[in-house]
Amino acid sequence: MPASDVFVAMLRRDLRVARREIGFTLVRTLMQPTLLMVVFGYLLPKMQLMPQAYRTTLLPGVLAVSLALSAVQSVALPMVASFGATREIEDRLLAPLPTHLVALELVVVGVIQGIVAGLVVLPLGRVIMGSIPGLTLGSFGETLGMMVLAAAAFSTLGLWLGCAVNVNQIGLMFSFVVAPMLFFGCAYYPWDGLKVVPWLQLAVLINPLVYVSEGMRGVLTPSVPHMDPAWAALALLAVTLVAWWRGLKAFYGKAVG
Amino acid sequence: MPPAIETRALRKTYPAPPTRHRVAGGANSRPPGEILALDGLDLEIQPGEFFGLLGPNGAGKTTTIGILTTRVRATSGVAFVDGVDVRQHGALVRSRIGVVPQRPNPDLGLTVLENLTFHGAYFGLSRGVALERAGRLLERLGISDRADAKVDELSGGQQQRLMIARALLHEPRVIFLDEPTVGLDPQARLALWEILRALHADGRTIVMTTHYMQEADQLCQRLAIIDTGRLLACDTPAALKAQAPGDTLIDLQLDASADAAAAACRAVPGIGRVDVTGADLRAFCSRGGEALPALIRAAEGTGRTVRNINLDKPSLETLFVALTGRRLD
Repeated sequence: MPASDVFVAMLRRDLRVARREIGFTLVRTLMQPTLLMVVFGYLLPKMQLMPQAYRTTLLPGVLAVSLALSAVQSVALPMVASFGATREIEDRLLAPLPTHLVALELVVVGVIQGIVAGLVVLPLGRVIMGSIPGLTLGSFGETLGMMVLAAAAFSTLGLWLGCAVNVNQIGLMFSFVVAPMLFFGCAYYPWDGLKVVPWLQLAVLINPLVYVSEGMRGVLTPSVPHMDPAWAALALLAVTLVAWWRGLKAFYGKAVG
Repeated sequence: MPPAIETRALRKTYPAPPTRHRVAGGANSRPPGEILALDGLDLEIQPGEFFGLLGPNGAGKTTTIGILTTRVRATSGVAFVDGVDVRQHGALVRSRIGVVPQRPNPDLGLTVLENLTFHGAYFGLSRGVALERAGRLLERLGISDRADAKVDELSGGQQQRLMIARALLHEPRVIFLDEPTVGLDPQARLALWEILRALHADGRTIVMTTHYMQEADQLCQRLAIIDTGRLLACDTPAALKAQAPGDTLIDLQLDASADAAAAACRAVPGIGRVDVTGADLRAFCSRGGEALPALIRAAEGTGRTVRNINLDKPSLETLFVALTGRRLD
């Protein structure tokens, strides 16, 4: 029987369960960006504590955060549970599919969930913050391409984290890894602005979220200073490859004793 | 036709957990920092056999099943399932086996029926075929009224039956069950035995691990007794019972070291063998009733007091004790 059939069957299973839990998933991934946009994109500009133009900087960043968090969580969280208490993953590992394709299927599901989150945030931003000056939706192909690369990078990071982290470390991981990543991910300010603190501008380049935020700026709001989208895309591709390589190794370590 | 299962010199070591202190290795020479789970296991199981792997916890049963089901990689040695090398062709092996895990691991996001239909899809069954087989299996296992229930609404016994239905759905040639009756109440255990007998009557090869002697005795055609990763004996339950030394096993618990008492007991007529562990003395003898008073006299003649006495009829249990020096439970 062709491996592709097994792969598609697992994909169908995951999408069916995701569809069933969509309300919960949307709340989990969209609560934070919604609140951010309400406070920083609506209230503060209205109070004139922030310039109206800040909304243009914020929207691609919020999109980047939602997409990245959704992709990483939709792979890492179920994986930790599945290799831990529930052992749910056993049924897949005992299916006639090579083990690396079992991992790849999980990554593909993460990519889809990340893109869906990104696509929902875009109109949500429009509703909350009003019309965004400088937002170009003309380059939809490039936007989608950047979203796919970003989701792939964070989905494979989810594979790696999900296999490398124990259940009891997951809270710690979110405090020590995810929180700094969000605040130093150039989501709430452009990377170019960091030139006021040169060492920090250099240091944040290690953060993969920077390339998502800057990449989205490049394709969505090109009027805001931003990194060359080609560099952002290349960096995301590199993150994907490294995270896939490390993640697959960790996955094998968990899957085969 | 190739054997259903064949292993040759199967060996598996795990890295020792760094925090645990290890007792210095005795006769086994192995690098420090490693735990030996399987020590050169040779097995051959024929198609259609109901085969049992019997041994205490930590004997290597689950590791053996893990290797045969491609979930554990052997350190050395080879293993074939249905003639296919488990290391070289994992996916092919998986397409021919069904596995019932020690602890139920159903897909919690799906209903009972979906658990089966998606499993069928993983094994290339069309939806129609999967539905038809799932319906039949749920009926046969007595949980057809729970088909649309969420899995977490099932009792432990029902979940275990769902695991059996799932393992059978793709009609595997070999079925592995790892301690399938642990945690089941006596009634559910008997029901499971009936199911397993029926599966065997269908002509399937069944490989089951257990540490319940009675279960192994009642169900299995052939048994392998393993301990500390080694095969100690492999034969039919009847032949194994016949190997048990002596007719009766007598355990005497003394008030202090039984070393001197052992020498005295060995001289008692009808005593085949005497083992000593601290204050515990174990004698294998041909006529337990007659030997017992003499045995007590001999032991107390060395200045010890007998605190407790236990007699066992010859059984797999007594053979196991004779082979390994310890009891199963």
